Amino acid sequence: MTANQAMIENYRNSFLKEVEANVEEGEWVKMCMQCGVCSGSCPLGKFWDHPPQEIFMMIRAGKRDQVLGSDSMWMCTSCYNCIVRCPRELPITHIMHGLAHYAKRLGLVPANQPTAKFAQKFWDNLMAKGRVNELKLGLSLYFMNGFGEGVKVAMKNQKLGMNMMKAKRMNPMEIMGGHAVQDLSGFQKAIKKAAELEDARIAQPGG
Amino acid sequence: MTEVVATNETILVVGGGISGMTAALEAAETGKQVVLVEKRPYLGGRVSQLYKYFPKLCFPTCGLEINQRRAKMNPNLRVLTMAEVMDIKGEKGSYTASVKLSPRYVNENCTACGDCEKAVETEFDDEYNYGLGKRKGAYLPYRMAHPQRYVLDPNIVETDDGKKAKDACKYDAIDLDMSEETIDFPCGAVIWATGWRPYDAAKIQPYSYDRIANVITSVEFERMADPSGPTGGKLVRPSDGKEARKVAFIQCAGSRDRNYLLHCSRICCMASLKQCTYVSDAYGEDADISVYYIDIRAIDRFEDFYQKVKGIEQVKFIKSKPAAVVADKDGNPVVHGVDTEGYKRFEDTHDLVVLAIGMEPSVDKDDFPVDIQINREGFIEAAPENGGVFAAGCASDALDVNRAAQHATGAALRAIQAVTGAAGVEG
Repeated sequence: MTANQAMIENYRNSFLKEVEANVEEGEWVKMCMQCGVCSGSCPLGKFWDHPPQEIFMMIRAGKRDQVLGSDSMWMCTSCYNCIVRCPRELPITHIMHGLAHYAKRLGLVPANQPTAKFAQKFWDNLMAKGRVNELKLGLSLYFMNGFGEGVKVAMKNQKLGMNMMKAKRMNPMEIMGGHAVQDLSGFQKAIKKAAELEDARIAQPGG
Repeated sequence: MTEVVATNETILVVGGGISGMTAALEAAETGKQVVLVEKRPYLGGRVSQLYKYFPKLCFPTCGLEINQRRAKMNPNLRVLTMAEVMDIKGEKGSYTASVKLSPRYVNENCTACGDCEKAVETEFDDEYNYGLGKRKGAYLPYRMAHPQRYVLDPNIVETDDGKKAKDACKYDAIDLDMSEETIDFPCGAVIWATGWRPYDAAKIQPYSYDRIANVITSVEFERMADPSGPTGGKLVRPSDGKEARKVAFIQCAGSRDRNYLLHCSRICCMASLKQCTYVSDAYGEDADISVYYIDIRAIDRFEDFYQKVKGIEQVKFIKSKPAAVVADKDGNPVVHGVDTEGYKRFEDTHDLVVLAIGMEPSVDKDDFPVDIQINREGFIEAAPENGGVFAAGCASDALDVNRAAQHATGAALRAIQAVTGAAGVEG
């Protein structure tokens, strides 16, 4: 049984309960009064299939597949406009990231979702050395959509890169593997342990 | 020197709006001695600034006139205007109140003939019209003001205008030497009826009240609708004076929002529905009215009124708390948001946007001159610790006029019980 099937089994008919138990800040979803100020305040709102207010209503209506398989929460850029304007102080930004994270855990992210792809690159980059290698991360972002476009973007940003090197904000030697945290194996052990704890928590229905 | 005859059986009423007037008159008409203290130069408070009442669409002047007449006829009631309570010491049955009286510079000889007003020149923002119009430095606050007596703005007293006003008066009613005084008197119970004020709309930054002339508040719109108001009853745009036919009402402007006011102000839904009829009456088929709301709170018999307004063809209801109001290049306010019924994005241009502004207590939490329980919304909580101090009307909660008057009558009974008890102890 996949993690997704297990969750469907555990929370049959109550997607709201599933969200409350498993999604970061999910217990706030029921507090939404459907005023819509979040959706209207979102600077990227018109690119969302379902604005936050609609996502909250869909969660309550049990539309599990449509919510977790949605592209919408991946559109959030963490500008926090919705949080500061919500009349009920729902941590909407965090809930959106929580939903995205939960969808990722269950393997329900839409194929080729660019934000999800970049998030994975960031994570893999960070895990390698315990530090973000900005040079490698930047380059992997440039080449995310193919070699041709990567070269084009890299050429466009050439001057910026040179200036950063001059100002010692970027070290070209980082391409050779890059520097790591002092205790890399300790760091990796800590992350592994955290992942185990998180898996164990999620495996317990009702959190 | 102003004299006030009072004992510890006297009831002090703080605030002379509809609640304070009601409480004071109810108590005085049972035979109790009552002192009514009002900060403005006249009685009636915010009710005097309303054009019509909901849901009957009748005129507040009617009820105010009855109350003014009751006040004039009752020998047990002493009214102090331009007066503020600075301090109340003591306990139930034996308080001492300290009241500051600001000079009016006009004495009882005034016949409200208006000669002083014609003689002076300097103009000031008219607070009765929420600053929408101007008034002279010698003025009658509004045409039905009680007491029917002129007021001199303190800013003209030491100028030429002050002298001109005095010279113009045929009745020797202007006394430029009046000065502020503070009087102390005893009382056994206090009815606190300081009412409400509109929430500061500029604090709701996304609605641009402080930046767009054609975004106004519901209290300002109410003055505009009044034929004796600053526009002579014409519903127009403040920016260019053109007719405001396409009008948007934004509900919950400040209310039910943890960033602004925690509570529902209770009156704004009905006030906007009422104001929809002003626009519809003024422009008929040419009116185009939009009400943006979270939910319409028209309770009990108000539901009928809601249905009636819903039946007006020119009124649209849009279920959405708008995210922002911005101005287009012609100064028209554009309302942005997402509609909850269908989740469609909208961008609607209007002639005028009216913010259904919330109610907040007119006294700040820490400014009460007496030790009483204040709740988290800033209203007075009914508590035994308050002793002989009883809230009436909007000092206790966001209430409409009907409920405020009922509440004030209840407060009057509480105060009567308190001073009757005091008499018993002495007797």
